[in-house]
This record gives sequence, structure tokens and C-alpha cells, in this order.
Amino acid sequence: MTIEEYLYYIILPILAISVLLVFCRFVIGPSIADRVVALDLLITIGITLIAIYSIVYNQSTFLDIAMILGLIAFLSTVAFSYYLEKRNRKKREKQQKDD
Amino acid sequence: MTNILIIILSSLGAIFILLAAIGFVRMPDAYLRISVTTKAVTLGVGLILASAAIYFDDLSVTSRVLAIILFIILTSPVGAHLIGRASYFAGNKLWEKSVTDELDGKYQPNSHRLSSGEEFEDEDEKRKKKIKERDLL
Repeated sequence: MTIEEYLYYIILPILAISVLLVFCRFVIGPSIADRVVALDLLITIGITLIAIYSIVYNQSTFLDIAMILGLIAFLSTVAFSYYLEKRNRKKREKQQKDD
Repeated sequence: MTNILIIILSSLGAIFILLAAIGFVRMPDAYLRISVTTKAVTLGVGLILASAAIYFDDLSVTSRVLAIILFIILTSPVGAHLIGRASYFAGNKLWEKSVTDELDGKYQPNSHRLSSGEEFEDEDEKRKKKIKERDLL
């Protein structure tokens, strides 16, 4: 069994199962924070999938895309949490005015 | 030799990511979920990227991989802290069996400022004074 076959038939299915599990939490997640974390996690597992594919197909240029994905994951988490906090503050101020 | 190293590193990384995904589904509370995923997934991604660097054995690939690992290690705690803070303000409940909530009552609800609890009254009084002045004008 070559190294490419090992990665293709054993490591990739494990990663695929973990993507499915995270997607379950993305669908059922009770709060919006769970969904944001699940999205972040999906992108991060996508980075590892890209790394495995770059080994299997012997193309090191795929790793550039992994770098960009890491940037996007961080940016999306920061933006989501910023707007969540802003929304909460507005809601709280409205409640105080009503009181 | 390098093949064995790649197999060990990638297997360890895949196992860590699988454990993080299982923990992400099984944990009872949003904060525990954030804590589980941040640590385990960072380690798993680092290990699998290191195996890619060993496979290619090239300076440009190794530097790229080191940049990705450094970036993930720097950013994932920051992102986890931000989303945990936002979900605490959103009123997400802790697990009912958790022992303490050290932040309970220490955040001011409007300005989201963390403090010891005594300054809140001063700020409220200041705000009331400001409102009175505005009314007088």
C-alpha cells in the first residue's frame, strides 16, 4: 500500500465522517453561536482536506488555497461575533426604553 | 522512513479531528463545544499540514505550511474568545451541572465593560446626571 493509497482510503474517510458530524451540529445547533463555530470548524477541516488532496495528487499549489481559507475562517468568525454583540446591545437598549 | 513519519502524523491528526467532531456533537453546552473544538482541531490541522510539509520536502512548501500553522495557532483562540463573549451577552445559558459562573454580574449590560462590580453604580449615576442635564437644557 503506497502512502497515497493510505491517505486516500483511510484518512480521507475519517475526515469526511468528522465533516458530517460537524454538519449535524450545524443543522441542529440550538443557538447561533453554535452555528458560527460549526462554520469555522467546517472551513478548518476543509484546510486539512486540501492538504491531504495536495499530497494525493502531488500538487503543492493547493496549499495556497488552504492559506486563503484560513484567512476567511478567521474573518468570518470575527465579523459574525461583532454583529451578534451589536444586535444584543440594541435589543437590550430597546428593552430598557420600554421599561 | 519519511513514509512512516507521514503515516503517523496524518493518522494522529485525523484522530484528533474526529475526536473534536464527536465532542462537538456530544458536549452539552455552547461554551464546552467552543473549548473542545478550538484546541483539538488546531492540533489536528497542525499535524496534517506538517505531514504535507514532510511529503513535499521543499523549502517553499515548508514555509507556506509554517505560515498556515502559525496563522491558525494565532487566530483560533481569538475567534473562540470573541464568539464565546458574544454568546455570553446573547444570554446563552451554561450547562445546568456547571459549578461556577465567574462572570456572573461582572459585565455591565449596556456598555459590555468588564469590571469589579462597584464601578457600575457610578456609571449609572453619571448617566442619570447626564439625562437630567439634557432635560434641563
